[in-house]
Amino acid sequence: MLSYAARRIAGILVTLFIIVTASFFVVRLAPGGPFDQEQALPAGIRANLDRLYGLDRPVGAQYLRYLRGLAHGDLGPSFKQRDYSVRQLIGQGLPLSVTLGLAAVVLAVLVGIPLGVAAARWRNTALDYGVTGFAVLGIALPSFVTGPLFALVFGLYLRWLPVAGWEAGAPRYLILPVLTLALPVVAYVARLTRASLLEVLRANYVRTARARGLGELRVLWRHALRPALLPVVSYLGPATAFVVTGSLVIETVFGLPGTGRYLVQGAIDRDYTLVMGMVTVYGALLLILNLVADLIYGWLDPRVRHE
Amino acid sequence: MNDLPAAGAGAGRGLWSDARQRLQADRVALGAAGLVVLIGLAALLGPALSPYAYDSLDWGHLAVAPQLAASHWLGTDRLGRDLFVRSLHGLRISLLISLLASAVSVVIGVTWGSVAGYAGGRTDEWMMRFVDVLYSLPYLFIVIILTTLFERGSLAVLFVAIGAVGWLTMARIVRAQTLSLKRREFIEAARALGVGTPAIIARHILPNLVGTVAVYATLTIPQMIIFESFLSFLGLGVQEPLASLGSLINDGAQEMQSAPWMLLVPASLLVTLLICCNLLGDGLRDALDPRDR
Repeated sequence: MLSYAARRIAGILVTLFIIVTASFFVVRLAPGGPFDQEQALPAGIRANLDRLYGLDRPVGAQYLRYLRGLAHGDLGPSFKQRDYSVRQLIGQGLPLSVTLGLAAVVLAVLVGIPLGVAAARWRNTALDYGVTGFAVLGIALPSFVTGPLFALVFGLYLRWLPVAGWEAGAPRYLILPVLTLALPVVAYVARLTRASLLEVLRANYVRTARARGLGELRVLWRHALRPALLPVVSYLGPATAFVVTGSLVIETVFGLPGTGRYLVQGAIDRDYTLVMGMVTVYGALLLILNLVADLIYGWLDPRVRHE
Repeated sequence: MNDLPAAGAGAGRGLWSDARQRLQADRVALGAAGLVVLIGLAALLGPALSPYAYDSLDWGHLAVAPQLAASHWLGTDRLGRDLFVRSLHGLRISLLISLLASAVSVVIGVTWGSVAGYAGGRTDEWMMRFVDVLYSLPYLFIVIILTTLFERGSLAVLFVAIGAVGWLTMARIVRAQTLSLKRREFIEAARALGVGTPAIIARHILPNLVGTVAVYATLTIPQMIIFESFLSFLGLGVQEPLASLGSLINDGAQEMQSAPWMLLVPASLLVTLLICCNLLGDGLRDALDPRDR
């Protein structure tokens, strides 16, 4: 298990290095730079700016300098947000983005699994059709559509919740964003739970348990549920990745001050270091989350042991 | 691949006639297919039926609410542009980009996957490792990095950027299929007859992949629609005065308070289209690949 984790971590470092290198050169190849404006800067000022940010040196030297900074946890200065380093910008937004993502995953597990179990238990009833239909909708609709629609219904018409925006320490601003973000994951978890529980309920040992006269609830709870949840656990890795990047979208939709706006704004402004920093931080985060999901899976399922 | 449907028909009860029968029994998929065709026709012909153009301003009717009897029956936006025409025109752009992007991703994915699968060994390993690395990056990041590469607002670039990263799953599926195909007797026979590798891939491997590819391609299209709309929603895609469903939804979300129809019209169009595409894709999968169920 330990050597498995060590090997995976080495793999993560290699992948991260490739990601950083590839995105560095792709971003530098882009035509136009961070200091291009409608009105061209005087040549002298332009040269000074380029020198200040190291843009006057050859790309290879810039790359080495970037790597050296990265090794010390320095993501460089932002080109467009004056006086801020990329690390400061991302550090400011990350807690909110991560809270959003975690809340959505927890909600997905707490709501999705019971929905799936209920649909499988009362198969081919109105309840089952309701859950299945909800799952189709939830999976098909992107959050940039459901988000504004939720804001319209719950914010503007019903006036239950704020339409958008953020006040520190006021959780009601997070309710609609979390619901929007969680919706596709809830739908997918419900569908997955339903399908795999139906499969398990056909197994011989479940029949045996019923033949021994165990009550339906006990069969479901003690015998069927645990093996049925394994596919759900293995989906949680990709789900977390989905939710972490999805939160970037949700923040744009609801105007939350997370890290999401930096990725988009950075791309629009050609703020090289900001885009690079986002890709690096999120790349690392996703790779680590995937590793954690794999380790949990191996721990839950005795048939999968990481050698 | 052009001679395929003919070959299928000649075989009598081949893959295609079987699939057609199963599809005809699937009422949900047929209904969805009908709606998709209808939406496609509306996108193609709809704008021509209206006296307005997608970018013509009507200063007499700014932000008018939908009224069935009025000349702007789905209302107008803040600049007095007709929402019916704009939505259908946006739909046309969304469909165009996502179809082209799907085509790009199918071509790259099928080529990459079949070559890797058929070559095997070191080549296969490196080609698929490359796919794995791209896979581990979120899709969104790759597209955003790619859009910084190009001038914003050029549609061609947008679909290349989306299509170029959409091929990964296709490559994996095609490779897995190719691996199992290449050990079959008819491939061995072709090789024994002295057929070259490119010819074997083109004449014997690819035709056998068509079912799988068709199923996955129909499921790719709604993803591409979402992606294009999403980039336009963020302001990285289609630029004014052109519109796509995504940028219309974004405009609508800004004006939600005073003009909710600006959000509701394009959003309901997109929702209908996506649900139908998904139902149709599921139906096709059941029809072409019954083992899956």
